[in-house]
Amino acid sequence: MDAIFESLPQYWDGFLRTLFLAVVSGVIALLLGTLLAAMRVSPVAALRGFSTFYVEVARNTPLTIIFFFSAIVLPRLGVKFEQFEVAAIIALSSYTAAFVAEAVRSGVNSVPVGQAEAARSVGMTFTQVLGFIVLPQALRTVVPPLINIMIALVKNSSVAGAFFVLELFGYGLQLSNSRGDAVMWILIGVAFFYLLITVPLGLLAHFVERKVAIAR
Amino acid sequence: MKAFITRRKSLLVAAGAALALSLSACGGGTTTTPPVNTPTFASGTTMEKLSKAGKITIGTKFDQPLFGQKGLDGKPVGFDVEIGKAIAAKLGLSADKIEWVETVSANREPFIEQGRVDIVVATYTINDARKQKVSFAGPYYEAGQALLVNKDDSSITKPEDVKGKKVCSVTGSTPAKTIVEKYQAELVPAANYTACLEPLRNKQVVAVTTDNVILAGYVDKEPDAFKLASDQTFTKEPYGIGLKKEDTVFRNWINDQLEAFAKDDTYKKAWEATAGKVIKTVPALPTIVRY
Repeated sequence: MDAIFESLPQYWDGFLRTLFLAVVSGVIALLLGTLLAAMRVSPVAALRGFSTFYVEVARNTPLTIIFFFSAIVLPRLGVKFEQFEVAAIIALSSYTAAFVAEAVRSGVNSVPVGQAEAARSVGMTFTQVLGFIVLPQALRTVVPPLINIMIALVKNSSVAGAFFVLELFGYGLQLSNSRGDAVMWILIGVAFFYLLITVPLGLLAHFVERKVAIAR
Repeated sequence: MKAFITRRKSLLVAAGAALALSLSACGGGTTTTPPVNTPTFASGTTMEKLSKAGKITIGTKFDQPLFGQKGLDGKPVGFDVEIGKAIAAKLGLSADKIEWVETVSANREPFIEQGRVDIVVATYTINDARKQKVSFAGPYYEAGQALLVNKDDSSITKPEDVKGKKVCSVTGSTPAKTIVEKYQAELVPAANYTACLEPLRNKQVVAVTTDNVILAGYVDKEPDAFKLASDQTFTKEPYGIGLKKEDTVFRNWINDQLEAFAKDDTYKKAWEATAGKVIKTVPALPTIVRY
């Protein structure tokens, strides 16, 4: 137990970095994922094809391999970054975006087709139909799955610990190396700090769901 | 592997036949020529027992290039192996009378205590905790922390040069602490030392740090990509030969042999044939600690 208290500075540092990775990657993933979903339902075949290809590849590749690609292969191809956090954000957001895209697409499909038809009949363009009529309704229905994806993102960020980023899990490794006698307590501490992020997210999901849910 | 053999052969030519420790190039392994003399020992000593038994079991590492590594031909090679052979030779045992047993870091003390090995020569750092369980002859080599850098990088020669720069090491290890706390480097943490090689290759870190012995192994594998920043080390890890606790007679005898190896060049030749391929400076035999 004392191992947790004496390592609080490290835990805090790791916690902030995990939070940073999750927030930045989460925002990028939401934007990128919504864009991908819009492409997926667009009338342009090339955009649909690209989006389908991207989503299928990204979501079916193990995250570790995506991390390996962004942290080790990209620099070899000449894409260098000063901080490994950049590699982690690239990996996490590109991976999570695929799941966001699928969730948003399912939301779009849940909007009755009559809504879009009605919008089109009053002369709206595709962008208007999507932006003003379909997506606002779609996003409301996908709040719970999106929060699930964000919770998964927080947990997935632990992979960064194996790719040169000292976030919560990275510190967990470091602490358990130096305090071999208290590995269990150290891991319990790590788990606690993850819960500190994920449990409020779950509560937020309930709250937002109640606020924005639309009865159909 | 081809280049490896060729290097061995050229070394062989250079070394000549008159060495106490001559090398043969067969299959990439190094073998010692056993001495012809059969020494006699006082009865009841470990030396007499081993000499009479006509065989010795030596524990070493099988995965530590340049020190103890077992190749595809099944014969371990390296500096530790050469030291083991030289000691066996002094017992009147040729290299083929040695049974090599793999001792990883975690099983060295138990193997000595259980008598599964007679001695352990396995990059074995002498420390007080281990002295509670086993005895150490030596030290026969003083390893220490060093820096691995890219072959074309001449800007880093000493630990002070990495101040404020990115250095890769294993998360939570002693070398990682030293480089951060003493030399103010910025640590890039990795799960193991091999994982550090890619960032170094990509120049995302300027150096990798841990014991020179481990780093030298990487240089040996990829001499065109990496080099040691310097032959000098900046911490001290004295390597000793582990043997059964309280076998003082055997320990003193091994210590005598080590001093003899330093005098008759056995030590130097063993170094040059193995670790000396990467760490050019032949180390002096550290002062033997007789306790």
